[in-house]
Amino acid sequence: MSAPHDAVADSRTEDAAAPELSGVPLLEVKDLVKYFPVKSSGLLRRTIGQVQAVDGVSFTVDKGSSLGLVGESGCGKTTTGRVVTRLYDPTSGTIMFEGNEIGQLNRKQMMPYRRQIQLIFQDPYSSLNPRHTVGTIVGTPMQVHQTVPKNKMLTRVQELLETVGLNPEHYNRYPSEFSGGQRQRIGIARALALNPKLIVADEPVSALDVSIQAQVVNLLQDLQKQFDIAFLFIAHDLAIVRHFCPRIAVMYLGKIVEVGDRDSIYLTPHHPYTQALLSSAPDVRQAAIGGRRERIRLEGDVPSPVNPPSGCRFRTRCWKAQEICAQEEPPLLQIGGREVACHFAEPMQVVAATEGDIAAQVEDDDRAPKLEVG
Amino acid sequence: MTEVLEGTQQGAQARSSSDTEPFLVVEDLTVQFPTHDGLVQAVSDLSYSVGLGETLGIVGESGSGKSVSSMAVLGLHDEKRTRMTGSIRVGGKEVVGAGDHAMRKIRGNDAAMIFQDPLTALHPFYTIGAQIVEAYRLHNEGNKRTAKRRAVEMLDLVGIPQPDRRVDDFPHQFSGGMRQRAMIAMAMVNNPKLLIADEPTTALDVTVQAQILDLIQKMQKEFGSAVVMITHDLGVIAEIADEVLVMYGGRAVEKGSCKQILTHPEMPYTWGLLGSIADVTGDTSKPLVPIPGTPPSLLNPPTGCAFHPRCVHKDKVPDGRCNSELPELRPGIYANHLTRCHLPDPDAIYESEVKEVVM
Repeated sequence: MSAPHDAVADSRTEDAAAPELSGVPLLEVKDLVKYFPVKSSGLLRRTIGQVQAVDGVSFTVDKGSSLGLVGESGCGKTTTGRVVTRLYDPTSGTIMFEGNEIGQLNRKQMMPYRRQIQLIFQDPYSSLNPRHTVGTIVGTPMQVHQTVPKNKMLTRVQELLETVGLNPEHYNRYPSEFSGGQRQRIGIARALALNPKLIVADEPVSALDVSIQAQVVNLLQDLQKQFDIAFLFIAHDLAIVRHFCPRIAVMYLGKIVEVGDRDSIYLTPHHPYTQALLSSAPDVRQAAIGGRRERIRLEGDVPSPVNPPSGCRFRTRCWKAQEICAQEEPPLLQIGGREVACHFAEPMQVVAATEGDIAAQVEDDDRAPKLEVG
Repeated sequence: MTEVLEGTQQGAQARSSSDTEPFLVVEDLTVQFPTHDGLVQAVSDLSYSVGLGETLGIVGESGSGKSVSSMAVLGLHDEKRTRMTGSIRVGGKEVVGAGDHAMRKIRGNDAAMIFQDPLTALHPFYTIGAQIVEAYRLHNEGNKRTAKRRAVEMLDLVGIPQPDRRVDDFPHQFSGGMRQRAMIAMAMVNNPKLLIADEPTTALDVTVQAQILDLIQKMQKEFGSAVVMITHDLGVIAEIADEVLVMYGGRAVEKGSCKQILTHPEMPYTWGLLGSIADVTGDTSKPLVPIPGTPPSLLNPPTGCAFHPRCVHKDKVPDGRCNSELPELRPGIYANHLTRCHLPDPDAIYESEVKEVVM
C-alpha cells in the first residue's frame, strides 16, 4: 500500500531467501514456552497444574523494524515480552539476540544484553518511582551500566529529556508533577538511556487519552527512525498496532495463530480468530460514511490457560470447528505473505480497504445477504 | 451547599405533567467542587436531553466533566462537598436538590448506571444473585423467591450461560465480560427508562466490547430506554450513538447527530480527536496528528475558549477573541448542530485544510 512499507516487506523476503548475506535477525525467538506453576494451598505447596501462558511461540524481529503482538488479555503477549527481556526465565525454547542465545544466561552474563533490550511499560503511574526525581529515574540505567561518567550525567539526562519532548530544566521534578503523557515520555527517556537496539513496548499508549496517544505514537516512530531501534510492540488496539508495525503476529491463548505483514493480516485475514478480532474493532471512518458493517460475534470468553482445549485452542469459539480441530493441532503454515495455524484457513475481507470499497459494501448490505456467522 | 431554590423544584414538578419533554433533561448544569487548592469547575452550563429509545454519546478526555455530569444525574455527588446549580429532570422529576429519600426512589428505578470497572462496582462479599435481588427488592414488592427468579431471568437475558447455577457465584468467579453483563442485568432489573453507561467497555477486550455494545443495544430495544453512553473512544460512539455531545474543559463544545459529528465536525477540538485516532483502514504512511499540549486544569481554566491554548486555528479569528471571550454554543451550518467556536466558517476550513489530514 505505502512505499515505506513495501520496502520493509522486500527486505524481509530477501532475508528469508539469503540469510547468510544479510546476516541474522536482531531477535529470533523459537518455540518459546513459559509455564507458571499452580501450587496447591497448604503446607506442601505441591504443583497441581501449569498456567500455559506462552506455549511454543516463534517469531523474528529485524533490526530497526517493528513486530506487533496483538491479542486479548490472557493470550500471553505480555508474558512473551517479559520473557524476551528476561524478566521471566523461559520454561523452554530459545531466544537469540543477534545470533547469541540469551534464554539461559545468568544474571551476570545477561548484563551486556540488558543494555540493548529495554522495556516501556503500560502504566506510567506505577512504573516510575514516586520518590525519585526524573533525573534519577532516567540516569539510573546509565549509572548501573557505567556508560556515562558522573560529571557528564546531567548533560546526558537533559539531552534525553529533550529528545522525548520534555523540558530539560525539569530533571529535578518528581513524577507526580507530570501528566500521564509526560510520564510516559519519562519512561521512554529511561528506555532510551542506554541506546538499546530493541525496545519491548508493552501497551505503551493504552493508559493515555486519545489526543495524547497520538503524540506518544508519533514520538516512538520518530525515535525509531532516528536511532534505528527495533520494537516488539505489544497492544490490544488493532488500529494502533497496524499504524506502528509493518509486521504483525496475532496471539490466542499462548500461541501465534497468524503472522504476516500488515496488509496480509488486515486486508485478507485467513484465521477465523483474526477475522473475528478485526471485525470487532470499531471503525470510525466506516460509521462516518454510513452503514455499520455486519460483525462476526464471538461467543463466550477465552478458555483457561491452565487447561486449554485440545487440538486447536480456538475451536471452542470457532464457527468453522470440526472434529479434526479437536484432535489435531494445526501447524503454522505459510499461505501467501503470511503464516496461519488453522485447518480451514481461507481469506475473508472484514475491513474495507478504501472509501470506495466501503461505499460498495454499504450498498451491498441492502441487497446481499448478510455475513452469516454461527 | 446545593444552591437550589425550593421554587425551582416545584416549578419542575409542575412542568413534568407535559408529556412532550424528553425523558432526561439537563439544563444549565454547573457542578463545582471547593477544594483546598481552589474551586474545581468540573461542569459549566451543560444542557442536553435524551428521549426514550435514543442514545446520546458523550465524548471527552479525562477531566472533561463527562463522568461528573452523569453522576450528577443520579445524584451521586456528596451534597456537602459539591456546589450544583441548574436543573436535571429524570422523567419529569427534579434531581438537583432532591433529598436522599427522593433520590433513592429514582436511582435504580427510573435511572440506572453501569460503571467502567465491574470488579470494583460489584461487592466481592455477596453473590451476584444477592446483589441483583437487593436491587430488585428495593423497588418492588414480592418475596425473596420471586426476586431470585427475576435475577435468574435477568442473567439469562444478558446471556450468562446456566444462569440458575451462576446466580449463586461470587463476582470473582466471573470473567471480565461476564461481570459487565451481570452489572447490566443489575442495572436493568427494574426496567429503568434511563441507562447511563460510564465507559462500560474500556476495561474489556475488543471482542468482548463488541458483545457488550450489542447487549446494551438489545436491552435498549427490549425496554425502550434512553441511553447515555460516556466514553473517550470515538469508535464506540460511532458504533452505538444517535446523537453525540463533545465535552472539553467541563463544557459542551459540539453537539449533533453522530454522522454529522464524524463527517462534518465544526469545532477544532473534534477535528483534533478525529485526527489523533488510528483506524484499521487508514493510510499508515501518514503520521497521526495529535492535539498539541495537555487538557486544561479545571482549577484554573484558560480564559476565553478553554481549547484555545491547544488550538491551531485560533489565529484565524481576529482580535485574539479566542483567548478573551468565551464563544457561545451556537447553531452550526447543518441542522441540529451546535458548536462552541469563534471560527467564522468552520466547515470551509474543515473541507479545505482538515479533512485531508483527518480522514
